Amino acid sequence: MNWFKYSSPQTFYPLAGRMIPWFAGLATLFALAGLYVSFAIAPTDFQQGEAYRIIFVHVPAAWMSMFIYIIMAAWAGLGLALNARLSAMMAQALAPTGAIFTLLALVTGSLWGKPMWGAWWVWDARLTSELILLFLYIGFMALQSSIDDPRRADRAGALLALVGVVNVPIIYFSVKWWNTLHQGSTINMGAAPKMVATMLIGMLFLALAFWMYTIAVSLMRVRCIMLERERHAEWVQALSGVKS
Amino acid sequence: MSQAWLTILQRDLLLAFRRRSDVATTVFFFLMVASLFPLGIGPEASVLSNIAPGVLWVAALLAGMISLTRMFAADFTDGSLEQLLLAPQPLAVLVSAKILAHWLVCGLPVVLLAPFIGLQYALPSEALWVLVWSLLLGTPALSLIGAIGAALTLGVRGSGLLVALLVLPLYIPVLIFGAGAVAASQHGMSAQAHLSLLAACSLLSLVLAPLATAAALRISVE
Repeated sequence: MNWFKYSSPQTFYPLAGRMIPWFAGLATLFALAGLYVSFAIAPTDFQQGEAYRIIFVHVPAAWMSMFIYIIMAAWAGLGLALNARLSAMMAQALAPTGAIFTLLALVTGSLWGKPMWGAWWVWDARLTSELILLFLYIGFMALQSSIDDPRRADRAGALLALVGVVNVPIIYFSVKWWNTLHQGSTINMGAAPKMVATMLIGMLFLALAFWMYTIAVSLMRVRCIMLERERHAEWVQALSGVKS
Repeated sequence: MSQAWLTILQRDLLLAFRRRSDVATTVFFFLMVASLFPLGIGPEASVLSNIAPGVLWVAALLAGMISLTRMFAADFTDGSLEQLLLAPQPLAVLVSAKILAHWLVCGLPVVLLAPFIGLQYALPSEALWVLVWSLLLGTPALSLIGAIGAALTLGVRGSGLLVALLVLPLYIPVLIFGAGAVAASQHGMSAQAHLSLLAACSLLSLVLAPLATAAALRISVE
């Protein structure tokens, strides 16, 4: 099967349109399952009571913020290396969702931090590097919107995204390298998780929900970007509902 | 290749000294920003010495940032940047000469003036010494990382502010270690760890930033 034929906006547009409902449906299912597990099944925490349940949004959002940045940088790098428009459009489509998840992680962390640890914000390594990640997303979006020529904007944004990717390992390892107020790593690849299985399952379900949501929303966004940038192409003019 | 590198370094230094007002603006900006804080916060020595590491480092950062656009802008407008891109020597090497010239003209004066500003903030002599060391080790990283931002925003409308938005997230680790070094020595602790990490930032950016800047220049000049 020749997958490379989908690297053209003309062929990817209808494929993306067909994919969106599936991912949106998966996102809804995982979200319902995750919310059910997190509110109905996961036990009350020994130290924090019921308020710990914000973890089920906070941790998946933080995971997604880092994951989306890496994927965005990968797409941008691919677009830079192969000189492919669609890869760069995909990176451009992912950025706002990544920024939203970063903001969500920061805000839910603040809301959790005030009652539990007594502070809306501390300048420890993990929170600071997550804030830097938000600035990197915003810088990426600002750079792309301020350059008029779309191809130059693609390439400049790609370089910026690749330079900023060094921040993601810093966020991930920050709790290991520094003494921070933020909790250390509870889940890692090498050992059994140090939390109750039901809590872990709730978090995983919601992480999957966020992931499916990201894919669905980014595909919707990339379709808009394709229509905008390719508006003079014949296939766009031929689409019903597109005013020429 | 070293001949070309030296030529570019000499050329940039000569051009900078011909337009001394550009250079002086950076230095005076640093002096003025550093002088604004005592005026705004009040002259109490204990307060000033508490905020000194952060304020002085932020002032050095901002002074470095406003001078970033002049790294490539003049050459871009008169076409000599395109000639640089066409040269047979690796662009990353030639760009490192331009970054060094920028640091000598904008970063080094800040390093040399910092102890005198530090005296205004009632910093003890041990901390002043650490301040100079931290700026000496950290300002090259600022010039190097800033060069990437300057190259990405060449010729863009509003590039001065956009450069700031792009490079500030990357500057934050340098700021944290630099101010942390001075703060540590103020509290009697060793600044060794902070200074080592600052040097590591500078060395890492010395290796990677010219390559990224060269790629960014090729993107910006097409």
